Amino acid sequence: MRKIEKKKDGIHLDRRTFLKGAALGLAGTALPPNKADASFWESFFQKHFREMNDAEIKQVLSRLEREYEEKYKKAIKVGSEKAMPGVLFGYGLDLSRCIGCRRCEYACVDENNQSTDPQIHWIQVLRFKKGEKWVDLEESEKYYNPELVPEKEYFYMPVQCQQCENPPCVRACPTQATWKDPDGIVVIDYNWCIGCRYCMAACPYGARHFNWAEPGRKPEEINPQTHYLGNRPRVKGVVEKCTFCIQRTRNGRYPACVEACPVGARKFGNLLDPNSEIRYAIEHKRVFRLKEGLNTNPKFYYFFAYGV
Amino acid sequence: MRHIWLKGAENLTRGDDMVEENKAAWLLCFIAVLTVVFSSARIHAEEQDTPGKFVVTPPPFSPGIFPCSQCHQGMPANKKPRKLTFHESIVLKHMPDGWCFDCHNPDNRDKLRLANGKLVRFEESYNLCGQCHGTILREWKAGLHGKRTGMWNGDKQYYLCVSCHWPHEPRFKQIKPLPPPVRPADIK
Repeated sequence: MRKIEKKKDGIHLDRRTFLKGAALGLAGTALPPNKADASFWESFFQKHFREMNDAEIKQVLSRLEREYEEKYKKAIKVGSEKAMPGVLFGYGLDLSRCIGCRRCEYACVDENNQSTDPQIHWIQVLRFKKGEKWVDLEESEKYYNPELVPEKEYFYMPVQCQQCENPPCVRACPTQATWKDPDGIVVIDYNWCIGCRYCMAACPYGARHFNWAEPGRKPEEINPQTHYLGNRPRVKGVVEKCTFCIQRTRNGRYPACVEACPVGARKFGNLLDPNSEIRYAIEHKRVFRLKEGLNTNPKFYYFFAYGV
Repeated sequence: MRHIWLKGAENLTRGDDMVEENKAAWLLCFIAVLTVVFSSARIHAEEQDTPGKFVVTPPPFSPGIFPCSQCHQGMPANKKPRKLTFHESIVLKHMPDGWCFDCHNPDNRDKLRLANGKLVRFEESYNLCGQCHGTILREWKAGLHGKRTGMWNGDKQYYLCVSCHWPHEPRFKQIKPLPPPVRPADIK
């Protein structure tokens, strides 16, 4: 369709095109003036993460690093390490060992730059009474606060993102802001998240958390080693969740929760490597996955190394 | 006398052919035996620790206590079980009727001693624990029991048994949990 014709005496605009342009122009002026700088427009028109080439990703990362440095007054590295070939991450948690001390919960906050005010925790440690119908998560307690743990009549089950092979959250997202990477980590692009929280409703594990307010975290508490799809600082109105510490594990390190656990209940490794500790757990121990009946196919394996 | 079992099934009437067959069977046998011997030797070699196979955390000595020989040098070893007058904070709650020299070595205090008399360094104390807790040691080596830090695909640091279980009273003590999360109703 011809909309703009070049005539002898100049450019002719038809009415419809003119109105469209005017509407866009007005929308532009409605933006807060302090945000209408180049970096705002860059992020506004940023392509989908998986459609960007390496140069474009590099440009986005340096823009973010610039923004974060301005905001937190310290250098923050934003990485974009890709999934390693031949790797599918799996996690194991030994329920016969967990003592419910919540060390993992707070190590996760320290590592992954969650908001501390209002508080966001990616790991929830649930407490169950022994000998009851404990798979009923409704009967669990996450605000338990005894003087000392473990308590004789209870046991504990930490729950975080299960990194499903068939993730319902990914299907629910209307903007494709969340997806499963080749190493099995379900990631979120915070720049594409529109905050509709459909994924939170779709997740059967309560693993996704929403930034209801501008994340509150002191600059000195910010972990400067970050990943674009992981622990980089977030903003108000986006959803976040556990990424198996993508910034660590894609560089070969253990997740922070694994290293924080004082009883060694947490296991991590490559499901495709027959010699990995997670494979050893799956092959030698009684293993179950949470809400298996939902066909989400989690890569988070709970097991009992020893009789409870 | 030798290898009657080989002859038993064979009939002895075939004469020269049998000699040839016997030779072949002998060769096969020899190869089989060699294979078994070498593979079992390899298994045994893996059982023993090559130095540096497990990078471990430093043993959790009380400050200044090691090397033990700094006090025990020249002190005659009293091997009689008794109530100690030094080290009195150590109350052994590990095995019934246990005694220091079940694990410690009276002649060289800077080493531990296995039941078979072999001395091990404190950094290799897992082999001492594994004498009784063999299945646990197996799982510790496989990466299941206990804790490791470092790389999931590379160099790991293994926590020694004694880093988590105080050997004189190995059962875990209760610890204080970190505070519970804020209830949604309490978020201002």
